Amino acid sequence: MAKTVPGVLATFRHVDAAVDAIRSLRRQGSKDLTVYTAAPNHEIELALGHKVSPVRLFTLLGGITGCTAGLAMTFWMSLDWPLLVGGKPIATVPPYVVIMFELTVLCGSLMTVTGIVVLSALLRKKGAAYDPRYTDDRIGIFVPCRPEEFGTVESMLMKAGAEEVRHDAD
Amino acid sequence: MAAVAQPHLPTQTHAEVTRDVVGTLGAPSKGYLLLLAGAITFFLIGVTTFVIELRVGLGIAGYNPPVMWLVYITNFVFWVGIGHAGTLISAILYLFRSPWRTVVYRATEAMTVFAVMTAGLFPIVHIGRQWFFYWLLPYPNQRFLWPNFKSPLIWDVFAIGTYLTVSTTFLVVGLVPDIAAVRDKVGGWRSKVYSMFAIGWKGTDNQWRHYSRAYLYLAALATPLVLSVHSVVSWDFAMSIVPGWHGTIFAPYFVAGAIYSGIGMVFTLLIPLRKALKLEHMITEYHFEQLAKLTLLTGSILFYAYAMEYFVAWYSGNTFEQTTFFRRAFGPQWWAGWSMIICNAFVSQLLWFRKIRRNVTALFIISIFINIGMWFERYVIIASSLSNDFLPYAWGQANPTWADWGILIGSFGWFGMWFLMFARTFPIVAIQEVKELIPYPRRKGGH
Repeated sequence: MAKTVPGVLATFRHVDAAVDAIRSLRRQGSKDLTVYTAAPNHEIELALGHKVSPVRLFTLLGGITGCTAGLAMTFWMSLDWPLLVGGKPIATVPPYVVIMFELTVLCGSLMTVTGIVVLSALLRKKGAAYDPRYTDDRIGIFVPCRPEEFGTVESMLMKAGAEEVRHDAD
Repeated sequence: MAAVAQPHLPTQTHAEVTRDVVGTLGAPSKGYLLLLAGAITFFLIGVTTFVIELRVGLGIAGYNPPVMWLVYITNFVFWVGIGHAGTLISAILYLFRSPWRTVVYRATEAMTVFAVMTAGLFPIVHIGRQWFFYWLLPYPNQRFLWPNFKSPLIWDVFAIGTYLTVSTTFLVVGLVPDIAAVRDKVGGWRSKVYSMFAIGWKGTDNQWRHYSRAYLYLAALATPLVLSVHSVVSWDFAMSIVPGWHGTIFAPYFVAGAIYSGIGMVFTLLIPLRKALKLEHMITEYHFEQLAKLTLLTGSILFYAYAMEYFVAWYSGNTFEQTTFFRRAFGPQWWAGWSMIICNAFVSQLLWFRKIRRNVTALFIISIFINIGMWFERYVIIASSLSNDFLPYAWGQANPTWADWGILIGSFGWFGMWFLMFARTFPIVAIQEVKELIPYPRRKGGH
């Protein structure tokens, strides 16, 4: 089992209660909150104030790599064994656009998936407490904090409308 | 405030969605096992035929010069086409923000992957020396030869390879959060198995942030891809100068036909499936009506394309084109030509009636016609054009043999086997996407 981080885990039934809790936690200066939802939720995203995901850089990089590879491969391979057919140019862009396009899409997609894996699996915050109900119909908020802060954080979450709160001290 | 009718919105709560979809993954029924056994038997018929072909050679198929493309290539184009409806629904309609796509998208995307997997076998079945299929790929070899990138057949290798990879990726990425939901619901040893496939998904804000963006980009990449793949397949024909093939209309005509045939297959699969899995309250008549409208649109485009083909052949004044199209309608295989026109152009026009669009039984029957019609469309295009090109001296007629039918049956078995196994192992309705439509409850009620 992975090492757990001390903190408070609150479970919410109502989305507005969860949003209130996130807002007041952020006002209090809590950082590194982990919010669990069963589907992406815009209100929670807004309350958390995240920046746009950098996954787009992966997509762009993959796309450019694929397109360049398509161009380079077709040209180099044609010129490596120059075979004149029907008086047509040996290496020429129009028929190779198809290969360039397909490789752009292929590498762009594969890099996008790499992006999700790298950003959300490898760089995830480890050790946050979890509850299986969060993939069903509940919203969870994990607040990492020192054991002496448990009382204040818990009462704040209850005030915001949490259904239940619990803490795991290491 | 009066409630606005929003038929795409599921009336269930998040917990009910999880319960109903996870409920489809229970122990298989007798009927299911029977269907699976049938699919595997069909597949084994195909395998046996293929093994005989490996030993004896391509002579057992119905090829007869000059007709050197026949049922195998028909099957190839047919199965690639089936795949297109899935990507249309999962990627293009996602970009168009069509909320009705959510409940059907998983089943159609799975259909896409398995259909393209089926199609991918056919170039290999069709070539003379199957063990050299890798000659199609650009790899360094002892003769320093490279493939001819000006050939549409090589474009096709890249298009189909990319399409299979990207649609599989799209399916798997969509599945991960749903597998996590199943993992958290089932318990026991199954939970352990699903947690391996869920690769640590917990639905944290950070995961969703990257996931939603990535999904958008995957959809944006898959959208031009789906339009390109069947265009490239059409260029396998249109880039040659064979009468009946050499037309600029081919790319849009093939794309429309692909989507039309794909939605036909969606009806054929989903109508029995939603009954067997008791999902009638999730996949409703409303969803089928939306799909039927797409069928009507693409069917009408096909109608136009068929009419245009005949018109252009006549108007061109080109005797070779004229003869080809005359023989499609009145030649030795006139029955194939008319099956295609009746099943595709005319049967689709029934969908102008709302009553038919909302009648599930009628849609199922129409979908069978669509499947047959679209198979014949590819057969007609390939067989009729090749059998009579320019000089009557070189004409020849080819007829499918038992081997052609054996492989066709095998392809349905192979496809059905994968689809049936998928439907019992993974959520066939996208839990997470349906939940995205249903708002979380609020303390004060309302939105």
